[in-house]
Amino acid sequence: MVDYLAMSNDVTVTLPRIKERIPTVVVDDAHVVYRVHKGAAGSSSPVAALKRMVTRTSAPNVRQVHAVRGVTFTAYRGEAIGLIGTNGSGKSTLLRAIAGLLPVERGAIYTQGQPSLLGVNAALLNDLPGERNVTLGCLAMGMPPEEVQRKLPEIIEFSGINQRGDFASLPMRTYSSGMSARLRFSIAAAKQHDVLLIDEALATGDKKFRRRSEKRVRELRESAGTVFLVSHQLSSVRDTCERTIWLESGEIRMDGPTDEVLRAYDAFTNGK
Amino acid sequence: MANALADPESGLTPAQLAARHGLRMAGERPSLSRYTRQLWQYRHFISAYSNAKLTASFSNARLGQLWQVLTPLTNAAVYFLIFGVVLQQTRGMDNFIAYLTAGLFIFNFTQTSVQQGTQAISGNLGLIRALHFPRACLPLAITATQFQQLLGSMVVLLGIVLATGEPITLKWLMLVPAILLQTIFNAGLTMTVARLGAKATDLKQVMPFVLRAWMYGSGVLYSVELFAENLPGWATAVVQFNPMLVYIELARAALLENTPLLNSSLPLTWLIAVGWTLVMGVGGYLYFWRGEQEYGRG
Repeated sequence: MVDYLAMSNDVTVTLPRIKERIPTVVVDDAHVVYRVHKGAAGSSSPVAALKRMVTRTSAPNVRQVHAVRGVTFTAYRGEAIGLIGTNGSGKSTLLRAIAGLLPVERGAIYTQGQPSLLGVNAALLNDLPGERNVTLGCLAMGMPPEEVQRKLPEIIEFSGINQRGDFASLPMRTYSSGMSARLRFSIAAAKQHDVLLIDEALATGDKKFRRRSEKRVRELRESAGTVFLVSHQLSSVRDTCERTIWLESGEIRMDGPTDEVLRAYDAFTNGK
Repeated sequence: MANALADPESGLTPAQLAARHGLRMAGERPSLSRYTRQLWQYRHFISAYSNAKLTASFSNARLGQLWQVLTPLTNAAVYFLIFGVVLQQTRGMDNFIAYLTAGLFIFNFTQTSVQQGTQAISGNLGLIRALHFPRACLPLAITATQFQQLLGSMVVLLGIVLATGEPITLKWLMLVPAILLQTIFNAGLTMTVARLGAKATDLKQVMPFVLRAWMYGSGVLYSVELFAENLPGWATAVVQFNPMLVYIELARAALLENTPLLNSSLPLTWLIAVGWTLVMGVGGYLYFWRGEQEYGRG
């Protein structure tokens, strides 16, 4: 793949072709901690709260989740990397940290440009019509208004929400969960990305939409330097990624060619 | 390509490798000028978001946008009933109802901005964790939404002022700069409480009490002459510098003839207003910017 890139550049064709690997994402012993408020649970009497204030211990209803514990790896241009692991192993948290959305507690993450996270959870306003949400979502991704206007019909068309009547002008709270997931994905996929992080985004919608969205992701991959894919569907990791990182309890369990890692992961999950 | 023979990067630490290829720290706080430029690029998002919030807040009500005018009107009616009719707070004032509504609407502008500002970050964590944009967009959008609400209130206020027999004078134009100053003050204050509220979630519980105390200290519901009569001299001097009292007095001085004012000198009142606007506007922005990289943590 690197050879191919070098060939396409007129200046470098005559030079001896070696694989100069250009890093796009460098993760250096990164730790990510986030705090969760559990609400008033357990011993939350006023007396206990006062005692905590006096003794300056942290409240028991704030729990620190140490989701990523010292992860180190380097991703290079032209790589597609799968991230796998059981539920709660820190995959999504790691992606958010790479996207710069969650700060690292210790260590560092360096990136080329601004990585984009393609998730399905982009929160939108449920009381507003679908069209309005498209405009808002695109503006939030930093698109200029003229481009938003131009892309609006395209995005609505891609999401397929108008297949059964004019749903685009109805509030999003009237949508089925599949419909709103499709619309959110369509909004997120409307932008060009440098480093692309995909978090379970391919799992939404019906089969027809899934095929369409996989095609769109391939297009996006071609223009992006590096792609990360979080998925529980091992088949889609096998199809799109040549390298796979296996996270378990926030630590890297294995990092290598997809086939090897998936075989070990299969043995691990079946053995449990 | 010059280092073709040996792998030049085998001995580098990750940090050196990153520096060599010009990679930047993920989620690094941009410089102040860059942040401001980014924020300017996102101005369309700010206005679209604040419009959307405004529409969404009325979308479930049958009367819809009409509530933008009905809410302040009802508010004024309730307070007039209690303080004007039941408690007889008018104290021989010429036009108590206009005096009351002016104070109420101006104070409400700041009050609602602050109340919603405490949740600007903590209530939008989903959006913050999903998308990348300068976080100051959120408190600024709240200020913009409240500004639009205020315009609705001002229509009501001007109606009341005219209906109670005040003349239309050139002084009315003073209302425009006064409201603009207050809007910048609000933006700074909203950004400040947004950062505070992002870490200290208890702030949401405390805020209503702080705001109520502030309201009583701003002479909204009763004549400001009560301050000078009942408080020791130094306390009155402190109240004179209360930014909310200052903005309210400017609005009252603009619209009402013969209204009681605590600050006898109008130029001094303007000076205090401009001072607060600068301190809060610039200070709030700097304070919010300094916390930029931490807002996703929750």
